[in-house]
Amino acid sequence: MIDTHSSAIYRRRRRTNALMMAVSTAALGFGLFWLAWILGVLIYEGANALGPTLFTRMTPPPGNDGGLANAIFGSVLMAGAGTLIGTPVGILAGTYLAEYGRRGWLAPATRFINDVLLSAPSIVIGLFVYSVYVARVKHFSGWAGAFALAIIVVPVVVRTTDDMLKLVPNSLREAAAALGAPSWKIITMVCYRAASAGIVTGVLLAIARVAGETAPLLFTALNNQFWSTDMNRPMANLPVVIFQFAMSPYEDWHRLAWGGAALITLLVLGINIAARSLFARK
Amino acid sequence: MSAVLDNGGLAIAQAPAVDVGNYSRPPMLRNNALMDAIFRNVTRFFAFLVFSLLAAILVSLAIGSAPSLQKFGFAFLFNDNWDPVQEDFGALVPIVGTLATSAIALGIAIPVSFGIALFLTELSPVWLRRPLGTAIEMLAAIPSIIYGMWGLFVFAPVFQSSVEPLLSKTLGNIPGVKVLFSGPPMGIGVLAAGIILAVMVIPFITAVMRDVFELVPPMLKESAYGLGSTTWEVVWSVVLPFTKVGVIGGIMLGLGRALGETMAVTFVIGNAHQLSSSLFMPGNSIASALANEFTEAVGDLYTSSLIELGLILFLITTIVLALSKVLLMQLAKREGATT
Repeated sequence: MIDTHSSAIYRRRRRTNALMMAVSTAALGFGLFWLAWILGVLIYEGANALGPTLFTRMTPPPGNDGGLANAIFGSVLMAGAGTLIGTPVGILAGTYLAEYGRRGWLAPATRFINDVLLSAPSIVIGLFVYSVYVARVKHFSGWAGAFALAIIVVPVVVRTTDDMLKLVPNSLREAAAALGAPSWKIITMVCYRAASAGIVTGVLLAIARVAGETAPLLFTALNNQFWSTDMNRPMANLPVVIFQFAMSPYEDWHRLAWGGAALITLLVLGINIAARSLFARK
Repeated sequence: MSAVLDNGGLAIAQAPAVDVGNYSRPPMLRNNALMDAIFRNVTRFFAFLVFSLLAAILVSLAIGSAPSLQKFGFAFLFNDNWDPVQEDFGALVPIVGTLATSAIALGIAIPVSFGIALFLTELSPVWLRRPLGTAIEMLAAIPSIIYGMWGLFVFAPVFQSSVEPLLSKTLGNIPGVKVLFSGPPMGIGVLAAGIILAVMVIPFITAVMRDVFELVPPMLKESAYGLGSTTWEVVWSVVLPFTKVGVIGGIMLGLGRALGETMAVTFVIGNAHQLSSSLFMPGNSIASALANEFTEAVGDLYTSSLIELGLILFLITTIVLALSKVLLMQLAKREGATT
């Protein structure tokens, strides 16, 4: 033992090891450092801007007081519509992949393409909806924004539904089949129930993803300075308002942008943590 | 997985096997067979919808960019002009900007992600793994516009006043790379955008690396430890060679993310249509050119040139992401074969 510890080669190996482990710990510190910095700034700047008027007043012209009420409403409406359109599509497609996809080419090919879409640049999705919808009807609209968000929701939900249904033990399906249940009943009454926590997690993650999406809304929903509930007209939304206000030279617009940024981040991180704990409890 | 469900479906569909005689099936079974067929085909329809989405995006972008494709042809890729007044458009500047920022991002993110994945799989106490892993994943959850805003208002000033002068004093004196770190510190620019992109892709690369590191059979690692290897030697000589393909797949995933990232880059890259050798100078990326100019573009040619930029971006990211997926599938397949 003493021999090995004193020989040069062992000392060198141990030194390398210690160095590399220190570097690895430093890398973790590097990652956490940015998270802490960004969240710290958001909390600090957001505390100045968050208040009840943020939710009750409209986006102001520069130099005036105001809030983000119309933007918050528009975001909720479009993210809600996007989720409502995207979720059933995603769940049904995911069901095919997991339950019927053991034979044939469609399921593996779709799974592959879905994984590509999952990371596809969201601005291209905006461009797509612009070309197939906005350019046809010749005006920006809340619906176009909702469609763009739905296209982002779909791959997330497909992926989680597929993964979660595959985790359902086959013995459950066999038991139901042995009782004479047809396969559509096995899937809807047994598999969906067994996988429900996972599927809900997927939907929550999809909501968190679209809540902060900006790029696809730039060419679809555009923006609207006023209160509007008409999904057929341009619609204000939080991310695009933050973009516009942050890029402006006005101090009070910056403050509102920070308020919106803090609001979105709190919401998105909150949903993420909720989704995780929901899934972990299961 | 066995084909139980398929058999189950068949068994029901073939329920008439019971009624060999002349009497018809009970209505409930008939309804079930019908419902089965409907449910199966509805799910198949939506799967096909998802399947065709990629092609639909490609086709619609190709149609949208037809005027620009016809006018400029392949020269579009190598033209560094972007002149809305003369209607002379080229993609070189945004392509170079996209590639440069992504290269910087990967240069920083690969070693850092490797370090974090190593820490989470080998060093961290078990009870800390989950919270630390979640914290790193939160970096991916923060919306990109938040990175942009923080980058513009908080990071860029700090970067301009302390990091860039330091870089030009140190790296700026080394022949060869000198030209990359010359010029006045401006805060915003290609380098700042690359660093913020790095922070944004770290969680994606880390997640893949962590997952593939956990695929290494404990037997292999324990054999190496048993022979007296240090943790680093196990990771470097056993874990990394075993997971090489997956690690590259994770890097490709990070690259795909970095190439298409829009809002964060738009805030800090400076949006200048110019090529410069210095990383301190402002530039442009495909995604940020789209975000800034698309709604203001007048004229068919301007709009279609921007759509062609989007088409180029989509093609590049699709190829990169598909490659990533193929590599990760290869690892999974080999894993299935060895165990």
